[in-house]
Amino acid sequence: MLLINLLGVLLIAAIIWWFWLYKPRQVASNNNQVNIVVNNGVYQPGNIKVSAGEKVKLRFDRQDSAPCAEMVIFPQLDISHELKMGPDNKIALPALEHGEYDFHCQMQMYKGKLIVE
Amino acid sequence: MSRNNSNVSQSFIIEGASCASCVGKIEKALNGVSGVEQVEMNFAQRTVSVDGNVKSQTLIKAVEDIGYGAKPMNSESEQDALDEKAEADTAHYKVLMRNMYMALGLGVPLMLYGLFIGDMSVNTPEQRIVWSIIGLVTLAVMIGSGKHFYTGAWQSFKNHSANMDTLIALGTGTAWAYSMLVLIAPDMLPEVARHVYFEASAMIIGLINLGLAFEVKARGRTSEAIKRLIGLQAKTARVVKDGQEQDIDVELVQLGNHVRVRPGEKIPVDGKVIDGKSSIDESMLTGEPMPVSKDIDDKVVAGSINKTGSLLFEATHVGKDTTLSHIINMVKRAQNSKPSIGRLADVISGYFVPIVMILAVIAGLAWLNFGPQPSIAYAIAAVTTVLIIACPCALGLATPMSVMVGIGKAAEAGILIRNGEALQTASKITTMILDKTGTITQGQPEVTDVVMFNQQNQQQIMPLIASLENGSEHPLAEAIVAYAKEQSYQIEQVSDFDAITGKGVTAMLNGERLLFGNQALMTQFDIDVAPAVDKAQTLASDAKTPMYFAKGNTFCALVAVADPIKSDSIDAIKRLQDKGIHLVMLTGDNEATAKAVAKRVGIDDYIAQVMPQDKVNEVIKRQENGEVVGMTGDGINDAPALAQADVGFAIGTGTDVAIESADVTLMRGSLHGLADALAVSQATITNIKQNLVGAFVYNIAGIPIAAGVLFPFFGILLNPIVAGAAMAMSSLTVVSNANRLRFFKPQDH
Repeated sequence: MLLINLLGVLLIAAIIWWFWLYKPRQVASNNNQVNIVVNNGVYQPGNIKVSAGEKVKLRFDRQDSAPCAEMVIFPQLDISHELKMGPDNKIALPALEHGEYDFHCQMQMYKGKLIVE
Repeated sequence: MSRNNSNVSQSFIIEGASCASCVGKIEKALNGVSGVEQVEMNFAQRTVSVDGNVKSQTLIKAVEDIGYGAKPMNSESEQDALDEKAEADTAHYKVLMRNMYMALGLGVPLMLYGLFIGDMSVNTPEQRIVWSIIGLVTLAVMIGSGKHFYTGAWQSFKNHSANMDTLIALGTGTAWAYSMLVLIAPDMLPEVARHVYFEASAMIIGLINLGLAFEVKARGRTSEAIKRLIGLQAKTARVVKDGQEQDIDVELVQLGNHVRVRPGEKIPVDGKVIDGKSSIDESMLTGEPMPVSKDIDDKVVAGSINKTGSLLFEATHVGKDTTLSHIINMVKRAQNSKPSIGRLADVISGYFVPIVMILAVIAGLAWLNFGPQPSIAYAIAAVTTVLIIACPCALGLATPMSVMVGIGKAAEAGILIRNGEALQTASKITTMILDKTGTITQGQPEVTDVVMFNQQNQQQIMPLIASLENGSEHPLAEAIVAYAKEQSYQIEQVSDFDAITGKGVTAMLNGERLLFGNQALMTQFDIDVAPAVDKAQTLASDAKTPMYFAKGNTFCALVAVADPIKSDSIDAIKRLQDKGIHLVMLTGDNEATAKAVAKRVGIDDYIAQVMPQDKVNEVIKRQENGEVVGMTGDGINDAPALAQADVGFAIGTGTDVAIESADVTLMRGSLHGLADALAVSQATITNIKQNLVGAFVYNIAGIPIAAGVLFPFFGILLNPIVAGAAMAMSSLTVVSNANRLRFFKPQDH
């Protein structure tokens, strides 16, 4: 029983580490242009580094027909965009200041982040 | 508030491009147009897509200038996008329903068997074989009907995030894996715990697919308002070229084209009437039920319907520049913005799934440590149920669904709300400041009384007053000149015109000095107006502005001008007061007129002789007293006060209003629009609160019950299947409750 309890506590620790403490890999953008695939509940890539002070161009390729995937929202920028199925979803963001900008679906199940450096 | 800065992308079909080198030329030409940010040409399909805020006409011209042709791609139209979406939704619905049938097809018989016929325990070798086969069938069904949950869960997991898929995958996976353990290694478990849960896995997958299918349907209904607006766009326009009428796609109509509309047809683009007379129904845009009559030089807007006569008009705004397109864009943007009331739910739903996973582990450990035998079986049931019952979706959907319906509903009534925050603040307004002119009154003064003194003749005097006022820019002067024109009085040229600020005007005509203005002007020039003072006071107390006219040194006439109160202002003001809102009227007019108008419409708190710049201070003063202040004005003169107010309402007459100018734009001139705007805001916020409370209570109460807190006291432990049904229902309930707002009737007058 002790072993099981220990395993349980370790499992909780693992959940906390994996979902909250772990810093996900960041993908650098090419010239502030990024292609993002929307499928299976995630944005791929989800953590994107872009340069500050330059316009950012995102192209979302929506492959997931679940209604969750149909909207992408940039709360700090007050931008929301409906995503059509397929690759033809372009969003041009204004030049951003340093900082982190979230983007997510309406329910925050799809989540991503722009890291502006 | 920052605006949506995302650029427009336009696509064109290129004609005459026969070689690959043309691509470079066309791209170069388009890149040379100022405002173009990116050009991408697809030579194989002969299409080009251009990013940037540039009018399509400019781009077409750039291509034509280098010898090619370009026309806009029709497939980009809003209507097509909508149809495409509806098709995709239908296809998705079918897939979900198929998944549901497949999963329930297995789950229901298994569940019925477990309930009525046999025991789902595994004790004999035969049972092991039969259940193993069923276990494999269950796995096939789980993959067949619920593949998207598992792939979604795995992808999220790899990305260190967790969502609803994670919970479903873990819940159904736990139930299935435990059951397989029972079959593969029964000796590891006590005899009483050798129980399989295949029916739970299949049922949960089936019920959640069913819930999602209903949700797809219900979500379609939340966007009805925007669909209706998009549906107002005409597909073709009848353009008159060289005397020939020709039907062309509405996208191809260019600025300056002459467009013909017959009775019963939609106006295809915005324009100015150049020939014909008609009445036009603008109700879908403005909420104003009465048709508006149109004559030469009047504006017409795309989406309205021509009722009676044939009209020829010149296109002034086409494509994405029409009022209707602006409205559609604004409503779309607003529908996707969130009021701060939903922020807590957002924060929580971000952490929700890992927390539920932790709670599931804790529940499992609690059962293993303290639960009755077979504790492992209880633990597995509790873990599965906790994972399945939690529904972050309901929390996440609570706000956006209601905002979507509420803002759409308002748009149908001609009320454009900029965003969710404006909607929320509007529902909390305690003080509403109303500008008098153009808001409570029509904003177009007219002559109401003409009284002659000292044996003067109206036929001789009125032309003199009109001639004098003709040079003035004062709004009251316009009323006098309009009156004179109506009466066909001859207007003459005056000389030495002088406007004396705050008093009136003077000029010379035929060697005589003419004076027209208030009592102060008369006093300044030593003219005796004693016989008219009583009458002037009576007029003033009746909300009219009396003005004195003198020729030479003789006082001749008293002319009263008034700005009539809109016919429904009194009712609408009563509606606002019934909501408990304190109303304040501001006006630049004199005390007597202000008092009279305020009294007539039933407002106690009014401030007269307010300079435009002082309106802002009045808003600030009320805000400092802790009031949530709304300001209603015409959106042009009152812009600073509208911006300072917690919510600024721009009131327009018909479609002729700058829709970007305020937090809320009332397309209809009536103050009822204001009362409606507040009513719809309150209804939406109430709806959001219901959704949030429902979603919180559901999750806060559901998870402990699922974990088994009721078991020690009442012996109640939820079946995982019930949890699956409850989860499917919870987000559906939220969407359905939001849909209830569709039946909200803003006008109760």
